Amino acid sequence: MMALLLPALVGGVLTGGVYALVALGLTLIYGVLHIVNFAHGSLLMVAMFGAWLLATRLGLDPLAAVPLMAGAMFAIGWGLYRFVIGPVGRGDDRGVLLATLGVAVVLDNAALIAFTGDSRSIETPYALQMVQAGPLLIPLAKLVAFAGAMLIALLLWAFMALTDTGRAIRAVAREPEGAALVGIRPARIFALAYGIGIACLGAAGCLLLPSFYVSPQVGGMFVLVAFTVVVLGGMGSFPGAVVGALLVGITENLGNLYLGESLGPICVPLLFIAVLLVRPTGLFGAVR
Amino acid sequence: MPHMLTRRAALAAGAAALSLPAALRAQPAEVKIGMIHPVTGPLAFGGSQCRLGGMTAIEDINAAGGLRSLGGARLLAVPGDAQGKAEIAASLVDQMAEQKVAGITGCYASNLALAATQTAAKYNIPFSIDSGIADSITARGLANVFRFFPNNTTMTNQAIACLDALNKAAGGPAKTAVIVHENSEFGTSTAKLLGERLGTIGIAVKETIGHATPTRDFTNVVLRIKSAAPDLLLITNYPNEYQLLLRTVYQQKVNLVAAYSVSGGGFSLPFAKDQPQVSQFMIDYNHWHNPHDPRAIAFRKRIEDAGHVFGWEVLFGYFAVRVLADAIDRAGSIDPARVNPAFAASTFSDDWLPYGPTRFVQGQNQGARGLGLQIQDADIKAIWPAEFADAKPVFPRPRAS
Repeated sequence: MMALLLPALVGGVLTGGVYALVALGLTLIYGVLHIVNFAHGSLLMVAMFGAWLLATRLGLDPLAAVPLMAGAMFAIGWGLYRFVIGPVGRGDDRGVLLATLGVAVVLDNAALIAFTGDSRSIETPYALQMVQAGPLLIPLAKLVAFAGAMLIALLLWAFMALTDTGRAIRAVAREPEGAALVGIRPARIFALAYGIGIACLGAAGCLLLPSFYVSPQVGGMFVLVAFTVVVLGGMGSFPGAVVGALLVGITENLGNLYLGESLGPICVPLLFIAVLLVRPTGLFGAVR
Repeated sequence: MPHMLTRRAALAAGAAALSLPAALRAQPAEVKIGMIHPVTGPLAFGGSQCRLGGMTAIEDINAAGGLRSLGGARLLAVPGDAQGKAEIAASLVDQMAEQKVAGITGCYASNLALAATQTAAKYNIPFSIDSGIADSITARGLANVFRFFPNNTTMTNQAIACLDALNKAAGGPAKTAVIVHENSEFGTSTAKLLGERLGTIGIAVKETIGHATPTRDFTNVVLRIKSAAPDLLLITNYPNEYQLLLRTVYQQKVNLVAAYSVSGGGFSLPFAKDQPQVSQFMIDYNHWHNPHDPRAIAFRKRIEDAGHVFGWEVLFGYFAVRVLADAIDRAGSIDPARVNPAFAASTFSDDWLPYGPTRFVQGQNQGARGLGLQIQDADIKAIWPAEFADAKPVFPRPRAS
């Protein structure tokens, strides 16, 4: 088992990269805006099907499709908030929660009608390529996804910390009435931030597709773990989302290795409980 | 004057009905058939495929004039989505009982079928199992549960015989194995049976690894396989995990004499076509049609021409309804007290499966069997036994480069 420790650690880091991809958009939506976005998994599924359609119908490589899908998903996210979630939720947390749940049900079932329950995957020239690092064989597609996750985290952090729009988002999240008094329009900012969060899923979908499969249910595989990552890392913290995702990935892999694939999955919830007992705001969460 | 015509037509029909013998008048114009499958959730693909098969059977039976003994009564599907959850499958049976279904088919997965048949037994509703393979489904002594298709013991015994024949023909290169299974009833029971039987053909099991459904990443499992360095990898799980596992086996360049599955959930034509490199030379012992029967070839073409994926689940769904309808037709009634004995006495033979004569013993058809299949150049070929084969086996497979 010791010989498997290093490969399992590396595997955990790469899996963590995948979780970070999905969690980054959520940390903005859930962590900053406090919208419990039940539609997150379904929108990831939409992004993955989008990338799949572009690859199979137009021959566009998923990596080349990242800007296009990020843009398209931003538009979808912005529109969803502006015309569905915002008006239905009316600022009430329960209303917003139910609205996102409704969106998830509609999207999942629309995908079932359009694509059936079948799982699909694509074969790109690099999908099965491996990078040899000593005794380790690392899937190239996962390395690229990991790098993509780090880049997105950096860009999001810079956007939120250094731009006026980022400051406006943070202001609205913390004090909507005060923000409105200084001329920020909260409804517009919410739609914008939701759109940016969903744009991250556009990139995530493209980066995931070469190493995973897509089906109408695929979002459910990631959404719960993404919520775990966001709370574990600290609500609204981008470095927290990355560190949380890596911790979850590594814990999951080592748990599965040493406790088996059936008992192993208890390790992540145990880690989650332990961290929240010691640091209720999460690893990187600001104490208010 | 359409109003007058309608009334006249109605009166004429009423008069005609009154003149019929009482027995015929009592026959239903429609016979409801419940279909319970997971058409959403992680098992949605297989469940939808079974439902497609069932719907196609109903279409065929109705097109051929319905149930003759019931005055040409047409079959009406009452579909239900079990969502992959046993408690939902069971509650669907209650709903269908209220709707007075004459029989139920389902449920794609064994754990769903176990729950649904248990509930159906309360009402004595005839239950025709499609792809649930666990022996326990028919071995609990429920007089309303029938399986036309092979059970786990049959499939596993035949799968072992197939593996032994392939191995001996190649000079016995396979001596050790690792078994990977999903950890619900289907995977666990198959893995247990496989573990017991492999020793009898001189293959030692080095490790048995269980995993949950769904599992997102198989790197760990494959690393364990790699460190055990077996000649054979035996897999028994559902589609997504099946394909992710094989993809990781390919990526990690695990050298095997063969990767072999029994009732492999992911062994399908889309898998063969979407991932030709990963799926190449994968062997599965599974349910399949007789590739030499022209009716089977025509059926496959019909399904594919309609834009669907052809697979073994479609055959399960199709014939589960056909044998149930045959039993109702022979019973001449939808009364379970008459349909269940008729089902038990079935000698249904209007199929194009590689089966022997139909004979039910405690709800299990003794004539059912599977075939050894292999993916070769993005298509599924039958490789064992020779009488049903349409290709030669590739065993051992070429070494991973």
